Amino acid sequence: MEYVIIGNSTAGIAAAERIRAIDKQGKITILSDEAYHTYGRPLISYYLLGKTDAERMKYRPADFYEKNNIKTLFSVHAERIDAEKKQVYLQGGKSLKYDKLLVATGSRPFVPPMAGLDKVPYFTFMTYADALALEKQLSPEKRVLIVGAGLIGLKCLEGIADRVKSVAVVDMAKQILPSILDEYGASLVQKQLEKHGAEFYLSDSVSSLEKGSALLKSGARVPFDILVVAAGVRPNVELVRDAGGKTERGILTDDRQETSLKDVYAAGDCTESFDITCDRSRILALLPNAQFQGACAGVNMAGGEAHFTNAIPMNAIGFFGSHVLTAGSYCGDTYEEKKGDTYKKLFFDGEKLNGFILIDLPERAGIYTSLLRNRTPLSQVDFEAMKKDPGLMAFSAAYREQKLARRV
Amino acid sequence: MKRIYVNEKWCLGCHLCEYECAFANSHLTDMVKALKGKVIHPKIRVEDGGDVHFAVNCRHCTDAVCVRSCISGALSFEDGMVAIDQNKCVGCLTCVLVCPFGAIMPAPEGGVAQKCMLCTDNLTGEPNCVRHCINNAIVYEERD
Ligand SMILES: Cc1cc2nc3c(=O)[nH]c(=O)nc-3n(C[C@H](O)[C@H](O)[C@H](O)COP(=O)(O)OP(=O)(O)OC[C@H]3O[C@@H](n4cnc5c(N)ncnc54)[C@H](O)[C@@H]3O)c2cc1C
Ligand code: SF4
Ligand code: SF4
Repeated sequence: MEYVIIGNSTAGIAAAERIRAIDKQGKITILSDEAYHTYGRPLISYYLLGKTDAERMKYRPADFYEKNNIKTLFSVHAERIDAEKKQVYLQGGKSLKYDKLLVATGSRPFVPPMAGLDKVPYFTFMTYADALALEKQLSPEKRVLIVGAGLIGLKCLEGIADRVKSVAVVDMAKQILPSILDEYGASLVQKQLEKHGAEFYLSDSVSSLEKGSALLKSGARVPFDILVVAAGVRPNVELVRDAGGKTERGILTDDRQETSLKDVYAAGDCTESFDITCDRSRILALLPNAQFQGACAGVNMAGGEAHFTNAIPMNAIGFFGSHVLTAGSYCGDTYEEKKGDTYKKLFFDGEKLNGFILIDLPERAGIYTSLLRNRTPLSQVDFEAMKKDPGLMAFSAAYREQKLARRV
Repeated sequence: MKRIYVNEKWCLGCHLCEYECAFANSHLTDMVKALKGKVIHPKIRVEDGGDVHFAVNCRHCTDAVCVRSCISGALSFEDGMVAIDQNKCVGCLTCVLVCPFGAIMPAPEGGVAQKCMLCTDNLTGEPNCVRHCINNAIVYEERD
């Protein structure tokens, strides 16, 4: 059996691990257009922050490929799939034959059109190479402008804030982190970031750029030495789409992670997931989700049987020592606690917990997450107690016996 | 593999295991020096509710969701035990967000997560909480 995996990141690695656990003999090839041993993509901001380094960023140990007998092809771009002939065509004219193919191509930065962008150099923030290039430009007298106040833009901000003179952030949204926070939560986090010198231009956007400064729609002029565009990402669906596979915003798969093309699987940020907290298909560009999908794909590729049926958005993001943990969908009734700079908000309807926001209250948050992932009927737990403190006491004794007195 | 299991009905709620955990992980040999006047941050926690008490620490889950979710590869299996490499950990707390037992937590010194390593990472070598539980409310053994 020949397995080919396009993408050497979380989803691809998870698939390779599961394939190898089942099929000891099959030939596994992982290819990537990046040049590096697999690394934790989210670590690029921690790298700039000085919290990790090239060695410790390795997502799997240095001997991972060798130990698992995986062939790697780095710095190679896959250009086209022929699902009839079961071939992947590579840049430079070579091709690879496969029996089972995984497309784990992730996403790429979206760079919105901005007048003058062709005349100013800019950075995006997706890869280790991006972080290294940006790092070369950092110095204490430089001013940075980041376009985008989402997860990636603000992680970039955290990474560089204390290595440059100033950082300004502009975003069309009226609050920061609109994908994970409500307005109140966003205002708390914004205050934290402002303490580190960040300046925000919200409900605003770049109207035009020239070397050294940006003119915003509001009329404000923001000077900068370094420009970072972090205005969102777009899933890399082209390989599958051009081969005739079904795609929407992301690649569509069944719950075994197989695309509409036979023996072509897809996993990770390039795909859509069925979010069980709001019952719709959407892109969940989050690392755990990529692992779950990749692992599921791997099992099925190797002839096992796995179904991924409990996707939910869930995100842990930290800024300068404070932690924002969120999950699920923000609909239904709410329960709130606001104490100083901490914030808890739970969203639920009669039967289920739908989502939560926890700012600087990380303790045992996973117990809430388990209610979401299992869609636990709230009638089975003492939800009143649980609202205040997530604990196992709120579950039945039988549940605890299952979980604490047996192997799980 | 041996794991720690809970016999809920025998737990008195004395919280001794929490102190023994903190002591073992203080890497000190004098209990008074290790604990007196200190706020402890044990990796095992006792929940109390009326007559019910039980201790919870890492279950060393078979296909652990924390290992699967870790963004850095700091969590991995070592012969079935779920181990954390705090040198690799960046303290993002994704693991805290996903552990269904609330059994992995921010380390008190900040910046990284901490979890039970069955005392393989300290001087005691075998779970100190179990060793000192007076009522066998937690045991260290093989079960299915
Ligand atoms: C700065 C930053 C911070 C983040 N922080 C977090 C976080 O804290 N928590 C979290 O859960 N998630 C976070 N994420 C998201 C997380 O990194 C992704 O969800 C995860 O990396 C997805 O893994 P993947 O395997 O699907 O794809 P990716 O990691 O995107 O990897 C895809 C790989 O495929 C390669 N590739 C694509 N097309 C081709 C081709 N045609 N030929 C060859 N190679 C190709 C790409 O170059 C890339 O190396 C962050 C992302 C960024 C950028
Ligand atoms: S930390 Fe939690 S999820 Fe991880 S192995 Fe322990 S109990 Fe399981
Ligand atoms: S806090 Fe550390 S161990 Fe936990 S997920 Fe983040 S990097 Fe991994």
